[in-house]
Amino acid sequence: MYNINCDVAVIGGGPAGLAAAIAAKKEGAEKVLIIERDESLGGILQQCIHPGFGLTRFNEELTGPEYYSRFTEEVSSLGVEVLLNSMVLEVNDSEKTVICVNKEYGMTKVVAKSIVLAMGCRERTRANIVTPGTRPAGIYTAGSAQRLINRQNIMVGKKIVILGSGDIGMIMARRMTLEGANVVMVVELMDYLAGLTRNKVQCLDDFNIPLKTSHTITKIVGDKRVEGVYVAPVDENKKPILEKEEFVACDTVLFSVGLIPENELSKNAEVEICPVTNGPVVNQYMQTSKEAIFACGNVVHVNDLVDNVSAESEQAGKYAARLAMGSFPEKEKEIAVKTGRNVRYTCPHKLIKSNENEKVNLYFRVLAPEKSVKLIARCGEEIISSKKEYRVNPGEMNNLCIETAKISGNEIVIEALKEE
Amino acid sequence: MLKTDVVVIGAGAVGCAIARELSKYNVNVIVVDKNEDVGGDASKSNSAIIHTGYDAAPGTLESQLVVAANPMYDELCRDLDVPFKRIGAILPAITEEQFEKLPEIKAKAFRNHVYDVEYMSRDELLKMEPELNPEVKGGLYIPRESIIDPFILVQALAENAFANGVEFLLGAKVTDIKTENGKIKSVVTEKGEIETTYVINSAGLYCDEIAEMVDKADYKVVARKGQFYILDNKTSCKVNKIVLPIPTKITKGKLMCPTIHGNMLVGPTAEDQPSKTDKSTSTEGLDSIAKDVKNLVPNVNLRDTITQYSGLRPNRNPEGLNFNMYDDLFGYVNLSGVRSTGLTLSVAMGKYVVEQLLLSGAGFVLKDNFIKTRKGIIKFSEQTKEVQEELVKENPLYGNIVCRCETITEAEILDAIKRPLGAKSVDAVKRRVRAGMGRCQGGFCGPKVIEILARELKVSPEEINKNDPGSYMNVGRAR
Amino acid sequence: MEKEIICTVCPRGCHIKVVGDDKNVQSLEGYGCKRGVDYATAEFISPVRILTTTVKIDGNDADLLPVRSNKPLPKDKLFECMEIIRKTSVKLPIKQYDVVISNICDSGADIVASKSVL
Repeated sequence: MYNINCDVAVIGGGPAGLAAAIAAKKEGAEKVLIIERDESLGGILQQCIHPGFGLTRFNEELTGPEYYSRFTEEVSSLGVEVLLNSMVLEVNDSEKTVICVNKEYGMTKVVAKSIVLAMGCRERTRANIVTPGTRPAGIYTAGSAQRLINRQNIMVGKKIVILGSGDIGMIMARRMTLEGANVVMVVELMDYLAGLTRNKVQCLDDFNIPLKTSHTITKIVGDKRVEGVYVAPVDENKKPILEKEEFVACDTVLFSVGLIPENELSKNAEVEICPVTNGPVVNQYMQTSKEAIFACGNVVHVNDLVDNVSAESEQAGKYAARLAMGSFPEKEKEIAVKTGRNVRYTCPHKLIKSNENEKVNLYFRVLAPEKSVKLIARCGEEIISSKKEYRVNPGEMNNLCIETAKISGNEIVIEALKEE
Repeated sequence: MLKTDVVVIGAGAVGCAIARELSKYNVNVIVVDKNEDVGGDASKSNSAIIHTGYDAAPGTLESQLVVAANPMYDELCRDLDVPFKRIGAILPAITEEQFEKLPEIKAKAFRNHVYDVEYMSRDELLKMEPELNPEVKGGLYIPRESIIDPFILVQALAENAFANGVEFLLGAKVTDIKTENGKIKSVVTEKGEIETTYVINSAGLYCDEIAEMVDKADYKVVARKGQFYILDNKTSCKVNKIVLPIPTKITKGKLMCPTIHGNMLVGPTAEDQPSKTDKSTSTEGLDSIAKDVKNLVPNVNLRDTITQYSGLRPNRNPEGLNFNMYDDLFGYVNLSGVRSTGLTLSVAMGKYVVEQLLLSGAGFVLKDNFIKTRKGIIKFSEQTKEVQEELVKENPLYGNIVCRCETITEAEILDAIKRPLGAKSVDAVKRRVRAGMGRCQGGFCGPKVIEILARELKVSPEEINKNDPGSYMNVGRAR
Repeated sequence: MEKEIICTVCPRGCHIKVVGDDKNVQSLEGYGCKRGVDYATAEFISPVRILTTTVKIDGNDADLLPVRSNKPLPKDKLFECMEIIRKTSVKLPIKQYDVVISNICDSGADIVASKSVL
């Protein structure tokens, strides 16, 4: 078997892997290797040709390819090594090895001092949400259709219904419209928009594409190719009101019904998985339950902004390098981060109090939309960080900055409190 | 006009098993099917179980054939390289009422000559199957109930028949059968007419329509829909054996079992319907599965579903499996009522049909060069690291993983496309190598499979179908 | 003329009611900050958008070059621009920000490559 030795092995060459590898190299790790299954770096951003990336990080509105090329340029100038067309089959924590397969080298064993998981996420499917009906051609996840149109020059259909008002769904509505397709409607189960308002304005309203909130697809019709869908409003329990069901003719249905961390390798490496996010449990160094395995980006939790992914992945890369070099912070105590009122999950899931005083950016999502909210982090009754938000929404990540020196006791509770 | 000795109508399990059996003789055989791929309709959407026949109606042809077929599978699957496992089935009695029914079921098995059914205590059952409803009172164990890859079984039978000289005319719906002086003359298909001595009607769901063409339709096919869930191979609650409910007067009920590839299969419903094409799933049907199976396995996690599908069993009215030859129509063989046991009994039916033809005077002569075995597509993911390394060295395309959920390589997909009776559509690839059968359901590999198919078949992408013509995957290039 | 504009400057998404004619805004209501005033005014008088799409690469059917407008374009010209872009193809190699179509539809904006393809 072909052997490669390195300090930090990064699995995945998308935005998370790129940022982690660069940070690891900058921190001083000598040999950093990115293992990527595609034929080029950039990950999902290669098909995200639309603008809207980089507003936080670069204060500019970039397209996906522009965003990732800023990182790939740095990867090559810093001398990060890259193994393309390589699918990782196995991650072994006890031996610190990654087994991958590659057309050129065949089976390849990478031995590393630390490993960063950055495989991203995958889309939930029609089957995951159990949409009844037939199984004809013309049913795609929004991301697959996006890959086909933007990277393979293939149009999936002409008359389209989209289920899910997440950003990918809305962006595909605009994309297909610009390419001459007729996007009949976007259907959303919840009573609020799943994605960003700017996407509703620029992707739906601009093209007069109706958004049907509190509706769902109750049935897909068509024997060979999709012939249409039944759409019905839902009651307060999200159950369709079948008497109000209506037939909508279309030849294509796109599902944009959420993303889930790609966790096969995380499970294979036997790291602890968070049941809410489906990704690994991590501390502020993006270190998993296994000392030498780090994880970052959508493999940990699904982010809405790539800018956050980059920031979080830099943490992973930096500390993976420090572990590889033997300069990892000394752990004094482990603090559990608990979810309180109206908080669905947090990332990191735990904090390490070390010999260094750190300012940690703690990300979290709320359970339900709310206005006039105070976000707090408290140890017992003592509030150690807080922030006011005019509005919170499950589709938009929130964050609080926490100084580890201020933590007392063994846990912190994160809450989104309604202000009177 | 094409000329042959035997036309087999239908390339499902039964049709392909008959064709393979005939290919042992010096006789010309053409299998015709309306579909573009072998595999039939009912044969490709069922519970993938090889039954023992313990619960058949004793004394019937169905009982005889299922009971005879079960022991054939060990050798057949070895010869034809078909994934097959004897995992056994259990029949747990959850209520007292069900418990009292066990002796009757065991006695019926005995009358079907299935002698190896055993009583199991509550403790034995729970040890065997820890996820079983703890209310269980006791039950039966049926050791030879088995699981198989139904797609590969039919492909293997077809490929082996093909290797032995059987021709396949696919995408050729039969539109008429011509007779002359009480004999079969020819079969007319959408792709031409075939002059023939014998016609075997193994058209499953459509066998009544074929029988109609020769005026022998003294029955009707009633499509009985069965809806299923397939669960992720990493689902939180798994069973090791086929867990069957105690049947009621109305239905055999809904089961839970592993598939040969490690997923969990849960279902089916049983809904008679007039349409032979409506394979839609419904909320009511899927909800009824959830409700019933939770009685057997309370922790079954249907949220881990990766797909739901339904199949149509070709039930017969009046009921029952029938084999018919006719004094007033020489050369015509009619099979009907090949229902949920059809997959199991197919291989026995192959032998039965050929034997009946020989008995009726067909002077088929055995070949001396019959090829008994068939090699399947090598599964990269199931090999040891050493073998995997060899494979990539020999053929670098084994190093290109196309389907990441099931770890399927480009080399496997090319084999599926290029082998005889190869795949021409996205689903045909999926049925051969499982690309797209995993948890992302083709979201990742689907676009790549379209690209590979278009390249290998030398057509443009809009000509790539999901399945049969009309099921186009896309509308072509954007630029 | 009266129009409700949803501000997209920040996630707050203020619904701003704008009254005016083709060239002038007479009144604004419902904004949360100064940036909202600017956005709603521009959006009312001449809404503009960045256009992103793809361009065919000569001799390659199965790959595309992602492109963008280097400046926002008038919203009502997007389809007109798409017509021109659809008929365009590029020769390789091409570098990021190379101009593919200059001054598209007399808008003053160029269509440029979003990435390099060698």
